[in-house]
Amino acid sequence: MIDPQLLAFQALNGLQLGIMLFLMAAGLTLVFGIMNLINLAHGSLYMVGAYLAAWFQGCTGSFLLAALLAIPATLLVGVAVEIIVLRTLYEREHLDQVLATFGLILFFNEAVRVIWGPSALFVTPPDFLSGQVELPLGISYPSYRFAIIAVGLAVALFLYVLIARTRIGMLIRAGASNRAMVGALGIDVKLLYTAVFGLGAALAGVAGLMAGPILSVESGMGEPILILTFVVIVIGGIGSIRGAFLAAVLIGVIDTMGRSFLPGLLRAAFNPSIANAVGPALASMLIYVVMALVLAFRPQGLFPARGA
Amino acid sequence: MRKMLLAAAAALLAMPAAAQSVKIGFIATFSGPAGTLGQHLYDGFMLGIDDVGGKLGGLIPEVIKEDDQLKPDVGLQAAQKLLQRDKVDFITGIVFANVMMAIYQPVIDSKTFLIGANSGPSPIAGARCSPFFFSSSWQNDDPHAAMGKYLQDKGVKRVYLMAPNYQAGKDAISGFKRFFRGEIVDEVYTAVNQPDYSAEIATLRSAKPDALYVFYPGGMGINFVKQYAQAGLVKTIPLYSTFTVDATTVAAQGDAAIGMFGTASWTVDLKNPANERFVADFRKKYNYEPATYAAQAYDAAQMIDAAIKAVHGNLSDKDGLRAAFKKADFKSVRGPFRFNNNGFPIQSYYLYEVVREDGKLLELNRGTLITDLADAYAKDCPLK
Repeated sequence: MIDPQLLAFQALNGLQLGIMLFLMAAGLTLVFGIMNLINLAHGSLYMVGAYLAAWFQGCTGSFLLAALLAIPATLLVGVAVEIIVLRTLYEREHLDQVLATFGLILFFNEAVRVIWGPSALFVTPPDFLSGQVELPLGISYPSYRFAIIAVGLAVALFLYVLIARTRIGMLIRAGASNRAMVGALGIDVKLLYTAVFGLGAALAGVAGLMAGPILSVESGMGEPILILTFVVIVIGGIGSIRGAFLAAVLIGVIDTMGRSFLPGLLRAAFNPSIANAVGPALASMLIYVVMALVLAFRPQGLFPARGA
Repeated sequence: MRKMLLAAAAALLAMPAAAQSVKIGFIATFSGPAGTLGQHLYDGFMLGIDDVGGKLGGLIPEVIKEDDQLKPDVGLQAAQKLLQRDKVDFITGIVFANVMMAIYQPVIDSKTFLIGANSGPSPIAGARCSPFFFSSSWQNDDPHAAMGKYLQDKGVKRVYLMAPNYQAGKDAISGFKRFFRGEIVDEVYTAVNQPDYSAEIATLRSAKPDALYVFYPGGMGINFVKQYAQAGLVKTIPLYSTFTVDATTVAAQGDAAIGMFGTASWTVDLKNPANERFVADFRKKYNYEPATYAAQAYDAAQMIDAAIKAVHGNLSDKDGLRAAFKKADFKSVRGPFRFNNNGFPIQSYYLYEVVREDGKLLELNRGTLITDLADAYAKDCPLK
């Protein structure tokens, strides 16, 4: 009944969406898990990354060069936000953090309008990624989306090595397990926090610049993906990079499969007008249903960080 | 201090007695991915006021701008504020159908004229029509009906339809089906402001239709057109659309938009003196290309100007205003323009194509598809 070619297509689409979500979720889960900070402005850093990449591409004419410039630039924006705004919030309640970082969303959305105007910016993928890749089963998949998958996997590998094999990774893991003890051992927690937040911002920037050629680069582009990202870290387990990766791919696949097959399945069961009314709504609800189930039966998440 | 406040209050109270001003509430979407549409609408309206001499029917206009954020509840609050606190004489603007549906009843119940400058959802064109509503744009179905007719006449057999899941999306799809007699392979509704369409594009690819027709206004259109081009389907399954490739989106769509067709009741190169003046003034004042939204709102300002003139500035003469609106005694940038019994225009629809000219992407007229099209709901409207 289900066409294998379509299934393969949707699996790739689901993987690609999942990878994109992972780039966002990795930074958010680190910041939340280690710094105990709810950062609603993570989506804004994604938007800043996309805008900076678009702007640098406009100046230099090269997407690759723009990407190389946009990542450190977003990192610097993240560090500045951490030093100016967030440092005073660590000891405050989560509600205060939510309010302050929500304020940051409004600030950044207006700031990009003031700087770059209200219209969406245009970003092109580099020429060698603007075509399609031919695969078996007659599948021709956009090369740029393959590039997103490749970049995401490379980032996942980098994070694995960073966290499991390096000294800073050890500190991050220690910070996730017991922050007070890390401080007591004489580690400069302030500096660690700034580094972690900067890393998170850079990851959001990578997600943003990779999204540029697919989506419209515009004010407010960070919010829809931020919501999905929170779903991912709740399902994956807060503070766990591994959890973020697996949950992101899971959510990407569930969302894509739901959107593509649920309306058809409903149409087989109900009359078309009901199926047309219910299908899209149900498909976009699917991931929240999954999140609710996880919260009900396994509130620590499916793949929680060890020792947390 | 208290004296000053009293004096200020007295001055404010004294103002309506002078009655030389007209208050206009302008509700539109100014923020978020669709914020550009509200900006086009607002700029067109303000230019319309400039071009009738800076006054509306001899009264000094006071335009109060409200952002509905594409949220019906926010739009409703804005409308209530405009009606109760600001006591506006007219409400206009309104980009999206879900906002229109939320504010429609309270505005017309207050006997305030509502001039829809963009959205024209089907429920208010039929049985729920009102003597206090006039549209300077179109009934939602109509531009899509024109595209359905074009593809029918072109002999396209199997069409796949896509639109966002809200009132205007549903109107778009029913409008398309009004004159199209071929096979509808599938009709797909996606979430409003959904950013990524990869799943839907893969599904439609496997359905192998002869053509794809979509309605994705604003940022949704930018995303969809870019992703469709990257999927490499443009050659095998041609993409037709309405409100998806226009002056609000082509800059961000880039080359992917070139060669695409759409339908509208206005194009930038329409040959009539009113339009030539509008386009020249718009480019000069705002330094960007006007989209159809701006043209409609420009006409809304002309309509209000003509109506106020007809009652000699007496805004309490509602029957006189209504009679004047119905006459549509103004030079529309679209050329011939008149109202149906339900307050929606009877007008022509054109095919346009996106081309690159002098480095700019423009939507140029490729001929008239339907002249004097009336919407399909007017017969259910009890007004005469």
